[in-house]
Amino acid sequence: MSMKIGEDKFKERVGKGIDNTFMRGAVAGAQERMGTRRENATEELGNWEEWRSHGEEIRKHVLENLDFYLEQLSENVAARGGHVFFAQTAAEANEYIQGVAKSKNAKKVVKAKSMVTEEISLNSALQQAGCEVIETDLGEYILQVDDHDPPSHIVVPALHKNKEQIRDVFAEKLGYQKTSKPEELALHARQKLREEFMSADIGITGCNFAVAETGSFSLVTNEGNADLVTSLPKTQITVMGMERLVPTFEEMEVLVSLLTRSSVGQKLTSYITVLTGPREELETDGPEEFHLVIVDNGRSSILGGEFQSVLNCIRCAACINVCPVYRQVGGHSYGSIYSGPIGAVLSPLLGGYDEFKELPYATTLCGACTEVCPVKIPLHELLHKHRQVIVEKEGRAPFAEKMAMKAFGMGASSPALYKLGTKFVPSVMSPFTDGDKISKGPGPLKLWTDSRDFPAPNKERFRDWFKNRDKGGKES
Amino acid sequence: MTGSIQNRDAFLTQIAKSLGRERRSKGVAVPAWKHRPQDEVLKGATQDELVEVLKTQCMKIHTSLVVTNLQDLPAKLGETVSNYGGGPVISWKDERFSQWGLDPLMKKGWKEKDIELYEWDESKGSENIRQAEKSNVGITISEITLAESGTVVLYTDKDKGRTVSFLPATYICLVPKSSIVPRMTQAAQKMREMHHQGKQVSSCVNFITGPSNSADIELNLVVGVHGPIKATYIVIEDL
Repeated sequence: MSMKIGEDKFKERVGKGIDNTFMRGAVAGAQERMGTRRENATEELGNWEEWRSHGEEIRKHVLENLDFYLEQLSENVAARGGHVFFAQTAAEANEYIQGVAKSKNAKKVVKAKSMVTEEISLNSALQQAGCEVIETDLGEYILQVDDHDPPSHIVVPALHKNKEQIRDVFAEKLGYQKTSKPEELALHARQKLREEFMSADIGITGCNFAVAETGSFSLVTNEGNADLVTSLPKTQITVMGMERLVPTFEEMEVLVSLLTRSSVGQKLTSYITVLTGPREELETDGPEEFHLVIVDNGRSSILGGEFQSVLNCIRCAACINVCPVYRQVGGHSYGSIYSGPIGAVLSPLLGGYDEFKELPYATTLCGACTEVCPVKIPLHELLHKHRQVIVEKEGRAPFAEKMAMKAFGMGASSPALYKLGTKFVPSVMSPFTDGDKISKGPGPLKLWTDSRDFPAPNKERFRDWFKNRDKGGKES
Repeated sequence: MTGSIQNRDAFLTQIAKSLGRERRSKGVAVPAWKHRPQDEVLKGATQDELVEVLKTQCMKIHTSLVVTNLQDLPAKLGETVSNYGGGPVISWKDERFSQWGLDPLMKKGWKEKDIELYEWDESKGSENIRQAEKSNVGITISEITLAESGTVVLYTDKDKGRTVSFLPATYICLVPKSSIVPRMTQAAQKMREMHHQGKQVSSCVNFITGPSNSADIELNLVVGVHGPIKATYIVIEDL
């Protein structure tokens, strides 16, 4: 799976999302619950704004000195016996990891959830190298068992599925025979995955925050799957987006606190694991060999430009959990593994405007995302900036917007034309009109009237009413 | 162990170019931050107050908390293991168990009750993992304990396997009262101090907050996914 998910066009994706009633209910419910938990967890600190400012200043300092900290990190990882590979492209990263897999003659790979490995399509690269790849995060595992259904949320990837659907998938693919109770489903996954952990050759993780000063990195989970991924297989490969690091443990601690409170409303998640290098001599669990793959894949072209602050992102999904557009259309509509406001900013930057030009328009610019971002990314301003770039520099506003603007420009610039237009509207629309509303609109109105009514144009125009009023209302 | 670094120069030069300046290889120090909200949390709290905070937090993280003293420790530990259904039990190899008077229970009492105990043994290689996998209870000791979040901090080494706290069905952590600090801030500072004193940071430091859980199915909380299904902290007041 690459960053792009599916082949449907934007409008088709959104249409599917809006028609999926369970998904919309689930997303709305999730937003309520996760939003409330986040609010409680941030408010109880009493000085959340101060925390956000601290998060922002840390991220800003790191980005401004990114080459320095990456050099320091790589030195310290190598000093502890780790192998560091800098990959400018997804292809370079995949090729290196395939090479490691082949040299180990690996047959089975267990993975802990990682967005960057999705971004570079690592799973298919590993399959090409002859490996079976098993996702071990419960949500990702469910999606994988269901013929690689794409994730719809960066923290809760299977949010769009209900428990009955999950039971059916388990029954069909894993011979599961119990009920749709989440406890029973999870227990089944635990048993299946235990066997996989114990027999895997390679463990692959992402990286929440690397620590330059000691060559360490941290993993944040609730399930504990990342810990088994990094304890049992003999070889471990960790893939990190190049911006995901901090100077020392002290800054790591702050960002972990911001992450857990913002994403799931917990003070800390069940497992935060700080790993440094491979296992030490005489240790009998943990990997014998450790590889850190640091990925650019388009990030350096964001650095130094007007979108740089998007690299502050710590992938908490707080913005997704408050977005009114995400609430209506769901994660799959974005057509990218990065959904919601952060996805709408990041996907066009990493994947290009050709694939993702509609996303900056999938927003109301209400600014709720900006308000909750724990590292103060001005998300709605960046979305607005994307639109400016699309219109001004790229010269490609969406076609409908161009035509509408053209028509309005033409109509509005001539009083006679405008007058004529408004006069004709009621009769043109009459076949679609039912009393004072339009329920099945044509053309551009269709999208709107698919889900709600549109008020029918008033038969008496304001201009006529006004003229008539001047005459003392005698004509009506 | 020798590490390696590949493709670094071109990669970092590209970053410097994007940032519109020369490569920076030295001369960057962590600035004096303008904001330090983390120092305000539970500032000035006494050790007794921190125990109370820990107690309240444990209720939120589905973790049982037992407060005891060295004299009653064997009884409390024995009781907790029995409540979890007995053995097999796996523990770190750690002199503190013996120093805290647990030998009669762990080496004798359990044997009489047919509760099997396996102590981590680096000479046995991967047998350690096999033992951890079949164990019902894993027992470790907290080095630093975070009151705010209800978190125990473990440093692994050759005698303290990572998997003792992950593979068994249930988990018990012994918590010296003096190990309790306000929050993760103090733990991060201690780890950094150790590093500056030339002590190598453990290959694996675990911050564990209650049992394993997941909300991946319709956001329903399921306690016990990959790691332990139940967890108990035993706070020892006179340590």
